[in-house]
Amino acid sequence: MFKQNAMALAVAAALSLPHEAGAQTQDQLRDLREQVKQLDKRVTDAEQAAIQASNRPAAESALNPAVSLILNGIYGNLSQDPANFKINGFVPANGEVAPPSRGLSLGESELAIAANIDHYFRGTGIFSISPENTIEVEEAYIQTLALSNGFTVKAGRFFSSVGYQNQIHAHAWDFTDAPLANKVFLGNQLSDDGLQLKWVAPTPLYFDVGVEAGRGRHFPAGPEGGRDKNGFGMSNVFTHLGGDFGTGTAWQAGISYLTTSPQGRAYDDVDSTGTPVTNSFTGNSRLWVFDGILKWAPNFNPTETYFKLQGEYFRRRENGDLSFDTAAATAGGTQRGTYASAQSGLYLQGVYQFIPMWRVGYRYDRLNAGTTNIGVVDSGALAAADFPILAAYNPTRQTVMLDWSPSEFSRVRLQAAQDKSRSDATDNQVFLQYIVSLGAHGAHKF
Amino acid sequence: MKIVLKLATALSLASIGLPAAAALNIFACEPEWGALAQELGGDKVSVYSATTALQDAHRIEARPSLIARIRSADLLICSGSELEIGWLPLLLTQSGNSKIQLGASGYVEASQYVAKLEIPKIIDRALGDIHPGGNPHVHTDPRNIAKVATALEDRLAKLDPANAETYHSRGKSFLARWQAAIARWEKEAAPLRGVPIVVYHKDFSYFINWTGMREVAALEPKPGIPPTPSHLAELIDQMKNSPAKVIIYSPYNSPQAAQFLSSRAGIPAVMMPFTVGGTGEAKDLFGLFDDTIRRLLGVLK
Repeated sequence: MFKQNAMALAVAAALSLPHEAGAQTQDQLRDLREQVKQLDKRVTDAEQAAIQASNRPAAESALNPAVSLILNGIYGNLSQDPANFKINGFVPANGEVAPPSRGLSLGESELAIAANIDHYFRGTGIFSISPENTIEVEEAYIQTLALSNGFTVKAGRFFSSVGYQNQIHAHAWDFTDAPLANKVFLGNQLSDDGLQLKWVAPTPLYFDVGVEAGRGRHFPAGPEGGRDKNGFGMSNVFTHLGGDFGTGTAWQAGISYLTTSPQGRAYDDVDSTGTPVTNSFTGNSRLWVFDGILKWAPNFNPTETYFKLQGEYFRRRENGDLSFDTAAATAGGTQRGTYASAQSGLYLQGVYQFIPMWRVGYRYDRLNAGTTNIGVVDSGALAAADFPILAAYNPTRQTVMLDWSPSEFSRVRLQAAQDKSRSDATDNQVFLQYIVSLGAHGAHKF
Repeated sequence: MKIVLKLATALSLASIGLPAAAALNIFACEPEWGALAQELGGDKVSVYSATTALQDAHRIEARPSLIARIRSADLLICSGSELEIGWLPLLLTQSGNSKIQLGASGYVEASQYVAKLEIPKIIDRALGDIHPGGNPHVHTDPRNIAKVATALEDRLAKLDPANAETYHSRGKSFLARWQAAIARWEKEAAPLRGVPIVVYHKDFSYFINWTGMREVAALEPKPGIPPTPSHLAELIDQMKNSPAKVIIYSPYNSPQAAQFLSSRAGIPAVMMPFTVGGTGEAKDLFGLFDDTIRRLLGVLK
């Protein structure tokens, strides 16, 4: 506006000049030009000030980190008691694998705080508060910003990059609970204290490789909390390829290989007479995970509709020794023998947003108990019935869900599942859940 | 580990032959900034636009192909003002690229160089997906593009001093043509002054401010919330009492809501190019404004 006025003034001045332009008018013209120049400078200065003002943070607190809080609540209707939940055919993973409680309950509340620490590091802390009022450090890590050539290093406690689903926070899952395979092979979700080095290739096709070395705090490592030793108790190597097909399909495929050497990894069972026993495994555990994800949205614009297909295949071998009844609660006392197992599992799920805000999903879970050889059973010292949880059984589960997300920050989900994790009973489950996020905008992770 | 390193070396070597011809790899979050970088850089730059006109820049996912591209970028130019809040921070932390991190000279946020509109006085999510820093869609006012061009020209020259001369001369030439075009557009768009308009999302605020149009309603009940039947019913009533002249939407919006209101209220609905590539005519930044103004004038006849 100022600029236009100034121009108009100059033009008007120029037009009103008499034709017999003498020395005096020349001077006037020079003065006018000078005035226009000064006006122009004032306009530019005013514009700069406006830009500065519009960029000024609202308050000193603008330096505070991004804080977000996830709240969720759930109503569960289950035909079997979640307290007796078990997945037959597999060594119990001691994690939070049981389905949500019957009736109304609060889910885990999650507080996340993240910010750039300086120009070298970014820090993230994510704390979950259980409905039983315990606080758990879910993730607390620093990540490099200043490395180049595609390298990043993460240190602290973080969700391991084993498979795909494991790195995703529960509130961002497409279903209320984790796939059965994640429950038996990773104890629901594996987070460990350690280091991660990752390299992204300088190619238009996405390619990364990474290694993780961790303490071995949780299953499949053991004992719980990690071994008392120098060095590390868990290692994971992973790689991903990914890219786009055409103008609407994005894909990623990954392989990871997680190895641990559990020592005295204990689990509870009952023997053939029904006496509760504690058994423990010492040896090596090696887990391969193959994951694939395909997302389709017209022109990569997921606002209206999109489809997401996700699947993972897990294959685990464990070799070592199994101690039966470490507390010598039975008449025969503690017995020790070899142990070898080769087991696998997979899940495949699809989620479709058919209109804005509304999605439907289906998930199929299947575990294959494979082969388990127990030395003390092969030698005849104990019966297979003394290890009931390990008796061959292939659990399956089918899940359907419908969810509604009125905004990016809230979601209400209805889920129904037929869960055949237990060899002796089918659990029919219905969950109604809300998940909301307060504060900082969440990340749109692929 | 050895195999991994060997593979890494092999891939790095293989990739050297690919984009090495261009001096600077530019990662543009939106097509308008990609087009601007191309205007200023010419053959000295290789530009990759992370999004197209058919995508809503608020709702992009940090998908693998974007991480792969940002990994090798020398310069990043994005609208900023939290437009890319859902995906850019994730791309930056995954990139393993220090050159384009916030605060580095390869990081350019276009909205920092212009005076922003609609800076909310109250910041609360009950008001929708608002941007505390102000409306981020700054490119819809061509005068803002001129300001960003000056900043980008300086940044290019700083990052690639060997070609600084080229950037400055291309910048000068672009700005001369651009200022002439602005003068022409302002003349052409004069009939738009005071014309009441319904928008889909608040993504034309800077254009409306520039041309002096009057925004009377938005199809979204709140920013970022898709149109609802009840809100559309309200709009039909509002249009009966005080009709707008035109309803506009962007290529990434579903045309349904705009067409519904258009047929009920008897007001023409027009798709705007919104950014470069949004229509066949909007091939570059000049075409973008030519086509935008032409389309609006077309319905006023």
